[in-house]
Amino acid sequence: MLEYFFRRLLGAIPTIFIIILVSFFLIRLAPGGPFDFDKTLAPEIQANLDAKFHLDEPVYVQFGYYLKDILQGDFGPSFQYKNYTVTELIAQGFPVSVQLGLSAMALALLLGSAAGILAAYRQNSKFDYGVMTISMLGISVPNFVMAPILILIFAIVFSFLPAGGWNDGAFQNRILPIVTLALPQIAYIARISRGSMIEVLRSPFIRTAFSKGLPTFYILTRHALKPTLLPVISYMGPAIAGIITGSVVVEQIYGIPGLGRYFVQGALNRDYTLVMGVVVFYGVFIILLNLIVDLLYGWLDPQIRLQARKT
Amino acid sequence: MCEGLGLNDLMPCGKQATMTFTKSALIERLDNETKNMSPLTKQILQLISLCAYILLSSANSHAADVLAPTQVLHRGNGSEPQSLDPHKSEGVPSANIQKDLYEGLVCESPSGELVPGVASSWSVDEKNMRYLFTLRKNAKWSNGDPVTAEDFVYSWRRIVDPKTGSYYAQTLAPVLNAEDIIKGTKKVTSLGIRAIGKYQLEVRLKGPTPYFIGLLTHSSTYPVHKASVEKHGDRFARVGNLIGNGAFALKEWSIQSHILLERNPHYWDNKNTKLDKVYYYPIEDQSSELKRYRAGEIDIVEGIPISQMPWLRKNLKQELRLTPYLGIYYFGYNVTQPPFKDNKKLRQALSMVIDRKVLTEKILRTGELPAYSWVPPNVTNYQHVEYEWKAWPMSRRIKYAKELIKQAGYGKGKPLSVEIRYNTSENHKKIAIVVASMWKKHLGVKTKLHNEEWKVFLANRKTKKHTQVFRSGWIADYNDAFSFAELLHSNHGVNDSGYSNPEYDALLAQSAKEADVDKRRKLLQQAEKILLNDYPVIPIYYYMSKHLVKPYVGGYKDNAMDHHYSKHLYIKAH
Amino acid sequence: MRIGMAEVKSLSPGKQIWIRLKANRAAVTSMGLIALLILMVLFAPWLSPFNGEDIDYEAIAAEPSLTSGHLFGTDSLGRDLFVRTMEGSRISLAIGLVATLVSLIIGINYGAIAGYFGGRVDAVMMRIVDILYAMPFMFFVILLMVFFGRNIFLIFFAIGAINWLDIARIVRGQTLAIKQQSYVEAARIYGASHWHIIQRHIVPNLLGIVVVYITLTIPQVILVESFLSFLGLGIQEPMTSLGALVSEGANEMESYSWTLIFPAVFLSIILFCFNFIGDGLRDALDPKQVK
Repeated sequence: MLEYFFRRLLGAIPTIFIIILVSFFLIRLAPGGPFDFDKTLAPEIQANLDAKFHLDEPVYVQFGYYLKDILQGDFGPSFQYKNYTVTELIAQGFPVSVQLGLSAMALALLLGSAAGILAAYRQNSKFDYGVMTISMLGISVPNFVMAPILILIFAIVFSFLPAGGWNDGAFQNRILPIVTLALPQIAYIARISRGSMIEVLRSPFIRTAFSKGLPTFYILTRHALKPTLLPVISYMGPAIAGIITGSVVVEQIYGIPGLGRYFVQGALNRDYTLVMGVVVFYGVFIILLNLIVDLLYGWLDPQIRLQARKT
Repeated sequence: MCEGLGLNDLMPCGKQATMTFTKSALIERLDNETKNMSPLTKQILQLISLCAYILLSSANSHAADVLAPTQVLHRGNGSEPQSLDPHKSEGVPSANIQKDLYEGLVCESPSGELVPGVASSWSVDEKNMRYLFTLRKNAKWSNGDPVTAEDFVYSWRRIVDPKTGSYYAQTLAPVLNAEDIIKGTKKVTSLGIRAIGKYQLEVRLKGPTPYFIGLLTHSSTYPVHKASVEKHGDRFARVGNLIGNGAFALKEWSIQSHILLERNPHYWDNKNTKLDKVYYYPIEDQSSELKRYRAGEIDIVEGIPISQMPWLRKNLKQELRLTPYLGIYYFGYNVTQPPFKDNKKLRQALSMVIDRKVLTEKILRTGELPAYSWVPPNVTNYQHVEYEWKAWPMSRRIKYAKELIKQAGYGKGKPLSVEIRYNTSENHKKIAIVVASMWKKHLGVKTKLHNEEWKVFLANRKTKKHTQVFRSGWIADYNDAFSFAELLHSNHGVNDSGYSNPEYDALLAQSAKEADVDKRRKLLQQAEKILLNDYPVIPIYYYMSKHLVKPYVGGYKDNAMDHHYSKHLYIKAH
Repeated sequence: MRIGMAEVKSLSPGKQIWIRLKANRAAVTSMGLIALLILMVLFAPWLSPFNGEDIDYEAIAAEPSLTSGHLFGTDSLGRDLFVRTMEGSRISLAIGLVATLVSLIIGINYGAIAGYFGGRVDAVMMRIVDILYAMPFMFFVILLMVFFGRNIFLIFFAIGAINWLDIARIVRGQTLAIKQQSYVEAARIYGASHWHIIQRHIVPNLLGIVVVYITLTIPQVILVESFLSFLGLGIQEPMTSLGALVSEGANEMESYSWTLIFPAVFLSIILFCFNFIGDGLRDALDPKQVK
């Protein structure tokens, strides 16, 4: 197991390198530099700034500088927020995004699998169709439509919740963003767990358990749950990627200071260093998470576990 | 000049006519004055004063605003400021916050009149080229250090120093030797500013500059705390390091979440500051900002989506603040490339055919005024020049334009194909669509709409290689016609049209040397006339500043520069 | 063979799939709806006196009404919403289709080659897929759109380039399985070229999977495009897509709710239907799913 983990980790390094390379060159190729504003800079001042950030040297030299700095944990200063370094910005934004993302993921897992499993158990009933249709809504209504509707209902018409802002993570400020982020994932997970549960319920060993007269609840939780959740777990990877993408919209609409927002602002402002920092950071993050998901899957799936024991 | 403004030393910056007082301030004052009395006397006095307070507040309930017990203001502020260093920032969001953190030589009243700031008075010599500022002796930094003339010398040298890399160094161009220093041909110490003692400042100008005092309200002329800058370098403008001389101090800065300012007790006019805390929220999405305003989380909205205007007019009429803003929204022609190069008739035809009235009344619906000149109205000491065809009925304009475009070489057989370029924004998109449809309808012009993201857009505008018609806007840095006129000078950095007329340039140069106000106005009007007749730009409308302000925010007055210092504002009891 | 009862006819696999599909009510309804929608979207604009570009100054942001002829009302620039919704639906469906095709072409070829040649080639190619899986693709798409402008072809390509990994993996798996079959071996013995084998034997067997993939990817693509429109990076004026209409409408929802409701309903219907059809197809093609 451990060997598998380290092998995967090692394999991740070329991936990270390529992510860095591609983003670096992409952002350099783009027209418009970080210092273009309404007022033009006097040419001498422009020259000074260029020299300071190595912008006047050939691109591969700049890349070399960048790699060297990254390996020391220095992502450079933000071009846009001149008094902050990228590391500081990421350190500020990442905890916020992680908290939101994990909460949304947990909510989605809980509600989604519960809904899917129950729907599968009562397959083809009104409940089944009802759950599936509602979960379709989660997939068919984009989050940038859902968010303003939720704000309108819960913050303006009924003033239960705040209409936006992070407020240093106050509980009531988190509710709407987490729900908005979770909704599409609840839908996907409900579908997957429903389909998976249906298959599991047909399998011989479950039918045996039923025929033995074991209580339903016991069968569902002790025997059916694990195999049902396997496909759900393998969906976790794309789910996390989906939540990260969704957070870009959610952070924008609710005004939450997370990484997704930094990224979009950074791209729009040509803040090279900030964008690079966020892309590399997310890349590493996704790789690590996928690794954990793989390990989890391997641990849960008895076939793989047996395989590992054999080797 | 102070006398000219009708002020005297006793009036603190921006004092209101209404009486305002807080219970806590009253009690504080009582405490101070009764320090040496016996406890019993103190208590009796406090009781009597409190009764008086209650009687007075009920009697003057319409003249005096009763203040709310918590004085905290929440302001929307558009995009996140990139810096709170006045020499390194640009844009309105930074400027708004810097007005609260720092104070320049000159300040503004709530309605926009120039009042003394750090400088309690000033005078100028007969040639209008040498100013002498007397600084008030009780002005202090937020750590208690006194503000001295040397602080201004240090700060102004810093902004023109090419090593600082400031975008707004040009603001100090009227000061002697400033432009040479910016270019790097002269030493920083040669800047025409020097300290005479601790509280006297002498500034020498390149030429008579009537708008110079107005210029001193601009944030780039604010002083910075020398010891902090020398100790922290570029990182001085951060929480914990930033020392300012304004009414508020920086308490928290959480990027993309909020900036919190707290009262600066060392500010020389602190006793008139009523707010204890001010929150600035960087919310770019205007409809999100509106929602948070409606939910009561924000007290002042910075920008309003125009599509919501009719709804706002119907439902939030009392809170809507629409004021003419010193700025012009226009489309520029790239006159260095075909089809607009050397084709004045074509440019004129396209400009005449746009029905600005329909645009402002039916599409924008915010009360913007259609623009038929280059300089907006309401500029001090100026009367703008307008197109004569402003008064013609649309049908006549269209007929004339059709003739013109035929003479220009285009028409039914050879329709004009043109591209309008604009930066990403719902409002710009709408206007471009409407203009394109008007061109198509009346002149058969095929218009392509090209939307670009801001940075790319700016870069392309500057190079003048790919643009034909581009959208642009210009807000005055100071309240004077020259702020608009200089934009189209052939050397100006933001002259993206490439307009170059030596006659125009000469008139501008002449006006810079003219001390007589009337003569100067005539020169600038002459220049504007030439400019308009050359059609390098299509003026569309004059900006309106649009805000929503909660009814319980007091002290907020509309003004043409849209400057709202937090020290004038307070929360009424509600 | 007669047993005194009805003849037992053996049905072809295709027929069996069709029967299973027909039993799925949701899928059938969806197919009907989509067909209806496509017809409407293609032909209805000709019935309307308005086009999607002209500005009706007298009816800026007008409510839907039968008398004015603006069935869905107008948007905040006075353009007829019915026609714009139809045009937006056309573009969204087109993007869905083309981008899916782009990812299909890339994915099928890539997966088939990897699976067919196996060994080192397969290992290297799949390694590359693994690396690409870990990349935050959405970020790259955003970067591409921001930097290189909003060209519709770039949109097709960028969105298409996100999705091909899934189909490549599936195709590779299938190819590996089919490769072992005896008829493929036979073809090799007879000297058929690699290309011929891939084209004639492997690709047709993938048809079922491909169809499912198409129906499930189209809604994803449409959602990606609407996400880009929300960020201001989608289709350029005067073209419009459902995503652009919906995100404009979301901003004006409090004042002019119809600008959101109509496009959103169309968008939701399209997404719903494709998802149900895809699910139904997948169930129908999967022999294990016998009720």
